[in-house]
Amino acid sequence: MPDVLIVGAGQAGMQIAVSLRDDGFEGRIELVGEEPHGPYQRPPLSKAFLHGTADIESLELRAPSFYVDNAIVVVPGEQVVSVDFSGERGVATTDTGREIHFDKLALATGSTPRRLPTEGADLDGVLYLRDIADAIDLKKRWDAAASVVVIGGGFIGLEVAAGARMDGKQVTVLEAMDRLIARAVSAETSEFYRAAHERRGTSVRLDARITRIVGAGGTVTGVELEGGEIVAADIVMVGIGVVARGELADQLGLETVNGAIVVNEFAETSDPRVVAAGDAVLLPHPLGGDTQVRLESVQNAVDQAKTAAKTLAGVREAYRAVPWFWSDQADLKLQIAGLSTGYDQTVVRGAPDDESFSVLYYRDGRLIAIDSVNAVSDYMAVRKALGSGSTIPADQATNLDTPLKTLVVAS
Amino acid sequence: MPKVTYIQPNGAEVTLDARDGDSVMETAVKNGVKGIVAECGGACACATCHVFVDPSFSAQVGEPGPLEDDMLDGAASDRQETSRLSCQIKMSADLDGLIVRIAPEQV
Repeated sequence: MPDVLIVGAGQAGMQIAVSLRDDGFEGRIELVGEEPHGPYQRPPLSKAFLHGTADIESLELRAPSFYVDNAIVVVPGEQVVSVDFSGERGVATTDTGREIHFDKLALATGSTPRRLPTEGADLDGVLYLRDIADAIDLKKRWDAAASVVVIGGGFIGLEVAAGARMDGKQVTVLEAMDRLIARAVSAETSEFYRAAHERRGTSVRLDARITRIVGAGGTVTGVELEGGEIVAADIVMVGIGVVARGELADQLGLETVNGAIVVNEFAETSDPRVVAAGDAVLLPHPLGGDTQVRLESVQNAVDQAKTAAKTLAGVREAYRAVPWFWSDQADLKLQIAGLSTGYDQTVVRGAPDDESFSVLYYRDGRLIAIDSVNAVSDYMAVRKALGSGSTIPADQATNLDTPLKTLVVAS
Repeated sequence: MPKVTYIQPNGAEVTLDARDGDSVMETAVKNGVKGIVAECGGACACATCHVFVDPSFSAQVGEPGPLEDDMLDGAASDRQETSRLSCQIKMSADLDGLIVRIAPEQV
């Protein structure tokens, strides 16, 4: 039986290991991750963990005994620093000098927060949020902080901002673009979130131009904007996107784009002995078409990992899934299904002012995605419709008296 | 530790010790109980941890909240009277001996 090495013990890496066993794979499986923890859930780090309603043990994706029972060797706290697969068997070397030999390789290396390139970004109190260590650092400073500046109006920044406001802090969100969450949602949804955060007492500054981070005695005290204004900050939380971790793929000579590992619909890299899944990957649109996408989500990590596991076990099954995402900000539950990229029409269902509405996205008259805010049934209906290749006529979708699920028709 | 029993659609049963405060979903997933997918990890965002609570426990477990209620309406298996999303049921001594049946379809 072949030996499989999985590099990266996050959601995708863990799922590859579990799915290999589910599919009956009997070879050796070793899962190596650089963090000092076994696989755990990241989404609660910006929410429940920060607010003390989840601890490290509750974040575990599986109990330690599960890995033992399933003969999955989990090695936390060790980083694979180099890998060679020029021969029939490959060899990876870790930062402890240990060598791991393998027949097949899975890269689930994830992503790392994009660093702020600004003067003063190295001051104490300028924080990022990706892993447990980051979350512990943030939490440790949380209670004492009266003011929080969030740089970057994306999901993670807005989740932290919402939590900070609930805890009574003075909160400012600085966004470089002219609207929030611009990469993921329509202008309607962006505007809703700007107004909703403002209503809750957060100051949202769009088109913000940051000149430097200012501090005293090595510790951050504020953020300076163009024109000289300084926004006071005990904590500066930076959430300006992530960079795919393709270093090992580059070492192997695999095709990458901006660090993202290019895979086909079977999660194979340009070397068919190597699969990749999760945040680090550039993949074909999972609902078909010619475009390639990066999907930074739990759903994609899990579902693509299942495809990667099948491929490793010699089963050809193309990845097909409706991408979905969620973001909990205070009492606002955003749920997204589908990918709205390339839309040419939006339909707003419900009233954003009531904080319960959906935006449906269409291209060439066909439904391609939905953003729902506190409108779960809309979201569920569209997720199902997209999964079965159906649509919902745009001209009927605004009628709130008719549940969306009754409007689904073949496209 | 409170115990919870999971019954698969095919009748297979497993009983686990739950950590106090862990949800019925977390207890299942961490121990590899099949059929509870729980893709969102407990955020009440995916409706893939659907269970039918044994009627003898439905009063203690209680009714779903409004959000969960809407999620259940869209779940892959049709909801039943005691349907719940298992991520929203926290284990405690009160629920010791809880029995849930796993919904046949989750995604």
